[in-house]
Amino acid sequence: MTRKDLLDIESLSRREIEHLLDQAGPFKELFTRSVKKVPALKGKSVLTLFYEPSTRTLSSFEVAAKRLSADVTNFDVPHSSVVKGESVRDTIATLQAMRTDYIIVRNKMAGLPLVIARETKACVINAGDGAHAHPTQALLDGFTFREVFPKPEGKKILIVGDILHSRVARSTSTLMRKLGVEVAWLGPGSLVPKYGPEDIRRFTNFDEAMQWAPDSIYLLRVQMERQDAPYFPSLREYTKLYGVTRERFKRIADQGIYIMHPGPVNRGVELCDDVMNYSRCLIDQQVENGIAARMAVLYWLKPDENSPS
Amino acid sequence: MSNTLTEADIAQGVEKLTRSIHEANLDQNYVLVGLRSRGDEVAERILVALAAVGINVPMGVLDISLYRDDLAHLNSNPKLEGSDLPFAVDGANVILVDDVLFTGRTVRAAIDALMDYGRPAKIELAVLIDRGHRELPFSPNYVGIELETKRLDYVDVKLKETDGMDLVEVTENRD
Repeated sequence: MTRKDLLDIESLSRREIEHLLDQAGPFKELFTRSVKKVPALKGKSVLTLFYEPSTRTLSSFEVAAKRLSADVTNFDVPHSSVVKGESVRDTIATLQAMRTDYIIVRNKMAGLPLVIARETKACVINAGDGAHAHPTQALLDGFTFREVFPKPEGKKILIVGDILHSRVARSTSTLMRKLGVEVAWLGPGSLVPKYGPEDIRRFTNFDEAMQWAPDSIYLLRVQMERQDAPYFPSLREYTKLYGVTRERFKRIADQGIYIMHPGPVNRGVELCDDVMNYSRCLIDQQVENGIAARMAVLYWLKPDENSPS
Repeated sequence: MSNTLTEADIAQGVEKLTRSIHEANLDQNYVLVGLRSRGDEVAERILVALAAVGINVPMGVLDISLYRDDLAHLNSNPKLEGSDLPFAVDGANVILVDDVLFTGRTVRAAIDALMDYGRPAKIELAVLIDRGHRELPFSPNYVGIELETKRLDYVDVKLKETDGMDLVEVTENRD
């Protein structure tokens, strides 16, 4: 079973997810060799199209594609014709004419990757679209979670922060649930949606969430750049109520709970400095695993001969 | 010429392969590297046969999927199992082991893959079955069984660990 595009986690079966997580393992093993590159995608072209700023995801994809020997071109959006007023549709026509094999797209509009996927022969990977989905983040989270819990079924993950606006929370929750992991959300009432899957526990109080006894706590980044319409009064209050402060960290460490975060972290907001030196902090591991997971995705997708040329 | 190899034929092939590897390497160290899949099982059997006469050699397995030259033509890519080479490849005398030698494309991929782990002193090739029809200039150093086939014949190898039985069947392509 193979697909042309990876647009979200929702449409993947548990078997497909497990296949991708299984495949990320052998890719990660390559990183310990002195030659980290393999020729699997030799001669293939990968185009990254990031309409939103990103350093980590963009370079993670770039490293993944290069380790598979693909040629990578970054479509420099801030300097491109988009700024000069070219419509998305015309950009797609341009991309199509370039005959690129893979397009990796990030945009603040949910659904744009789907539009591009429908209209091009290239394999399209969604690298984050609005508050909709960020499937490769979810895959690397699932892979990291399985490294510490080889049998994830029945384990518990608590996702903390602005759930409402987070594509990471959405995709990672979906993936974890498909693996049989119990998911709970914690955050200010204004940022924890009441709609959505009923099996996800909702908490607005840190202590109550701790009593649920999670195996891992997943801290979302407070998106400073998106606080123009604030959903909570101040950063200080957020940290006081939902941050992993030194006092909370002590309890977390005592209980041996793993800490995850999609990065980049705001030290002193979502978490205190001590967390970064904690032996069960998986944040650096997530970064390394991101490359392996993205290599697995690139290796898995196959262009569809029947799609529009 | 029978178009089927039985369990006994396969055992004989492994024995011949083991003997020729042993005799050619009396005065030097070497490592066996089995190619996934089934090449690893052949290597395992050679290892057991060598151990029976008191010789222990290191063994590794190589997954060559990422080095295949036909990935772009496949509808879905082969599942990766990963490689495991529990020794330094640098300076080693490596004997690649596979079940069947046909076009030689797998050997090309295997040599490329191995070189990315280090710089071996020497690479040799051992195959349980040589069925001919090379498309690349390779010649095996050790052969268990020479099997006469037509270019388009399908050679189906079954080995116990992977397939539950030892059997090789040659089917003629009637297209």
